[in-house]
Amino acid sequence: MRNAFADEITRLSAGDSRVVVLSGDIGNRLFNKFKATSGDRFINCGIAEANMMGMASGLAMSGFRPVVYTITPFTTTRCFEQIRVDVCYHNAPVIIVGTGSGLSYAQLGPTHHSCEDIAILRTLPGMTVFCPSDPAEMRRGLCAALKQDGPVYIRLGKKGEPTVTDKNDGFELGRANTLRSGEDVCLISTGTILPVVLAAADRLEEQGVSVRVENFHTVKPLDTDRLKDVFTQYNLIGVVEEHGRIGGLFGAISEWLVLQRPHNTRLLSFAVDDVFLHEVGTQDYARQRFGLTGDNIFNCILEAHKDR
Amino acid sequence: MSNSIVELEHISRRIRTRIVENSHNTGMPHLGSCLSCVDILTALYFEIMEIDPEHHRHGTRDRFVMSKGHGAPALYQILAMRGFFPYADLVESDHKGGGVFGEHPPTPDHLPGIEAATGSLGHGLPIATGMMLACRLDAQKNKAFVLLGDGECNEGSIWEAAMFAGAQKLENLVVIIDYNKWQATDRSHDIMALDPLPEKWRAFGWSTYEIDGNDMTQVVDALRNVPDKTGRPVAIIAHTVKGKGISFMEDDNNWHYRIPTAEEVIAAKRELKVET
Repeated sequence: MRNAFADEITRLSAGDSRVVVLSGDIGNRLFNKFKATSGDRFINCGIAEANMMGMASGLAMSGFRPVVYTITPFTTTRCFEQIRVDVCYHNAPVIIVGTGSGLSYAQLGPTHHSCEDIAILRTLPGMTVFCPSDPAEMRRGLCAALKQDGPVYIRLGKKGEPTVTDKNDGFELGRANTLRSGEDVCLISTGTILPVVLAAADRLEEQGVSVRVENFHTVKPLDTDRLKDVFTQYNLIGVVEEHGRIGGLFGAISEWLVLQRPHNTRLLSFAVDDVFLHEVGTQDYARQRFGLTGDNIFNCILEAHKDR
Repeated sequence: MSNSIVELEHISRRIRTRIVENSHNTGMPHLGSCLSCVDILTALYFEIMEIDPEHHRHGTRDRFVMSKGHGAPALYQILAMRGFFPYADLVESDHKGGGVFGEHPPTPDHLPGIEAATGSLGHGLPIATGMMLACRLDAQKNKAFVLLGDGECNEGSIWEAAMFAGAQKLENLVVIIDYNKWQATDRSHDIMALDPLPEKWRAFGWSTYEIDGNDMTQVVDALRNVPDKTGRPVAIIAHTVKGKGISFMEDDNNWHYRIPTAEEVIAAKRELKVET
């Protein structure tokens, strides 16, 4: 996904001289094409994220469209106050891109994991939180983000994500896409965990459980029309995200849900537990550790479905 | 503009009078911090900067960023006197509910003449650095002037920006440090090893100057001299006195938070010898 990001921003910058990329001393060679075509608009800001975010705000307030790129914890929690004050308070149209989100940098250890970013960024007024599920969706979202009037956070994975979305899905920031329709259960997913959700749905279908899959690529603004629709139709809904259970998509949906009329839907959360992962392992290992696998989702949903 | 030093000093005294009166009327603190930087603000807005209050968003304007955001009450007075909005707006604003003149500057969308909403320290310099990157990309020669407090130089983000601007040789970026030797609760050099400030900025790639920041001639001369042909950003270390201009406030850090009584306002006006 990060290669697709570099490719897409290079393409977009060629047609829009306002696009400026600010990198926090990462992306060795990743931006070579960008540098070749728009070299003066590539700024290596060093390992100084607070300054980088402040400068992005200054560039945005001067008419440019800065795109800030570094590893997710460093472009979100590291410089949260600069995002809050310099970017969001000024409603500056800065695109904040985090690479290696969730557990995709599992092997780098918890300093490089990001299971809090959705939670904290969606507290900020005016912020859009976009979690693409595959490279193609990331491209569509990046184009849309450049047309937004305010700040957008884009939560990238790492590399090798399979394409699971349809390029003719009528992508719009803030509007969920229905990937599959089904009668019995609804699975709501955000971000690169989507293929795992689809695998769980396949297995459930084999067991005769009909599954609808919703792709909530945008966590903020939350598509509450779609939520009203699914919470009216289903009494078993699972929310899946490669993010902490506190404050992510499950949190956002829960906040919305308690303000609705009484309902009898059972809601299950598949997310990262409220712990730091002290064991080293691959992204798949880390996902497994927290039950973010097709098998676990399948088992939990099947059990809950039988329980009704 | 071409005001004489005497005229600029007169403006400074009027601004100081208004700041003190406004503090009494509204209960806005940070008098000491506002009074120390008045001469710098007067020189910038009435002599140095290319600005047009009628077209305050013009792309080639010089920028001023009050990085020490608690200097806002001084900035409001300067902007009003320079014609960015009527003085009556400031005097009649509702400070108890609905006004825009808070203890720290609002966003540019909410008050003409404001370039950045500051208040959390250490933010203004990075923002202004971004503005100067934008000007460089647009091949414009306009300047950004950033006022830092000495206490504000505790913040790491100031030094991140300093290191970056030094390497990028942003020669139209000008930092002025309102070096009044105090921060909120103590002598600044007793809390952090701030001295020697000129050497620090030089080591980060800046061209540095040391002046008496309450001497109008020195302030104007230093500000006229930028960019200074070294190709480097410029840091002016302006030695100032907290509470400058009112004898019973000078160098007394109680005036970081104290609000003057009616009698103290009269006494201050008597010393400043001007009406608002």
